[in-house]
Amino acid sequence: MPSVPVRVILPGMLRDLVGGVSEIEVESPSESQTVAQLLDRAFAEHRVLDGKVRDERGEIRRHVKVFVNGEDATRGDGVGTPVPAGARVHIINAVSGG
Amino acid sequence: MTETIVAIGTRKGLWIARSDDRTSWTLEGPHFLMSEVASVAIDTREGRSSVLAGVKSWHWGPTVQSSADGGRTWTESAERALAFPADTDTALERVWQLTPDPNDADVVWAGVEPHALFKSTDRGEHYELVRGLWNHPHRPSWEPGFGGGAVHTIVPEPGHPESVLVAMSAGGVYRSSDGGETWAPSNPGIRAGFMPDNEYPEYGQCVHKVARGQGDGELFAQNHNGVYRSHDNGATWDSIADGLPTDFGFTVLAHPRRAGVVWVVPVADAGERIPPGAQLQVQRSDDAGATWRQQDTGLPDHSYTCVLRDAAALDSAEPVGVYLGTRNGDVFASADEGESFQRIATQLPDVLVVRAAQIA
Repeated sequence: MPSVPVRVILPGMLRDLVGGVSEIEVESPSESQTVAQLLDRAFAEHRVLDGKVRDERGEIRRHVKVFVNGEDATRGDGVGTPVPAGARVHIINAVSGG
Repeated sequence: MTETIVAIGTRKGLWIARSDDRTSWTLEGPHFLMSEVASVAIDTREGRSSVLAGVKSWHWGPTVQSSADGGRTWTESAERALAFPADTDTALERVWQLTPDPNDADVVWAGVEPHALFKSTDRGEHYELVRGLWNHPHRPSWEPGFGGGAVHTIVPEPGHPESVLVAMSAGGVYRSSDGGETWAPSNPGIRAGFMPDNEYPEYGQCVHKVARGQGDGELFAQNHNGVYRSHDNGATWDSIADGLPTDFGFTVLAHPRRAGVVWVVPVADAGERIPPGAQLQVQRSDDAGATWRQQDTGLPDHSYTCVLRDAAALDSAEPVGVYLGTRNGDVFASADEGESFQRIATQLPDVLVVRAAQIA
């Protein structure tokens, strides 16, 4: 029985870079996946997004937040945070700047 | 027909001023609204009208954008075109300098934060870390200046592709005589008055900007307290601050054709970052810093702004154009080598970088 895909919801500021796509569905693998693995899959066909969300070390950028089912992954294990099947993952730009 | 363009990088985007006569100007922009543009290069080599910009989104990080049509349309460089290699475990913070190489029309240098130098051999499409400087044993002791720790100045030597000079805050001047493979500090004569004991250390000076003059081996440097000239390509430095209202400032410009002609934009003091006497001004020397004279016609008094490290530029026309961008979002242009200025932009965000050129 196929697992429920993970939905990655993009912020408005990134949608223009990928032709207005607002959400990317990622098939859940049989084994559990981390935020890093999820983003690898989600950005496989949208490479421009990867450099916006993660730096070259693979870390989430300082003023970007990734929420997994409403929990801020950057306050937990960061890109190592587990992502369950069927999760809703929001990428948002942090409230910062001036 | 030749057009003069002035690229104005600010804290919140890029604007382009254009003129056919350097008297009447139009202003286009913003490009990259809400992204910081700390570096711009106008690449006119081989007849190009290319512009490169180091752009940093507060949220989405740094990148390099390029334009092949003089800044009208822009394309983001390839994914992670300028990024630290995995083995460095380092992330790019900001591109502070983009310098087309005068010896090879395919080479573009990039100075970045944290302190590092990158080199492109494909006109800025992709960049590689210059390992020789990255692996320098002094690197762990280079300190960040107030604007961050960065290689912010790159000065290749025309006719000598093996010779490159970089400057950083606060690490000082380093030179390579083998195209970037190896580097050595080169600060004899440059004072670091903020150091508690040795004011003339081997390295660690806070060099703000270096410009190449047209005299043999002629370089000029504006430091954190100190203005200097070198006549031996940066091997040694002599103070030329006598006669200036202050030795503090951020930028220095050297005439593209006439030896000994140099401009600085003085700032009252390290602790008082406003124009001396609240009169925005440039100081010009025609004798390599032996004497100076003030140029301020058309520049405001009661001015409490500041011209940052890369926020001044020259064009290559005759007579040379002089351009200043201020932290309060004004840009001033002179078409007569600084004798008189007019305001060509106002109410922009803080100006971080200005570059000017004549393009076809």
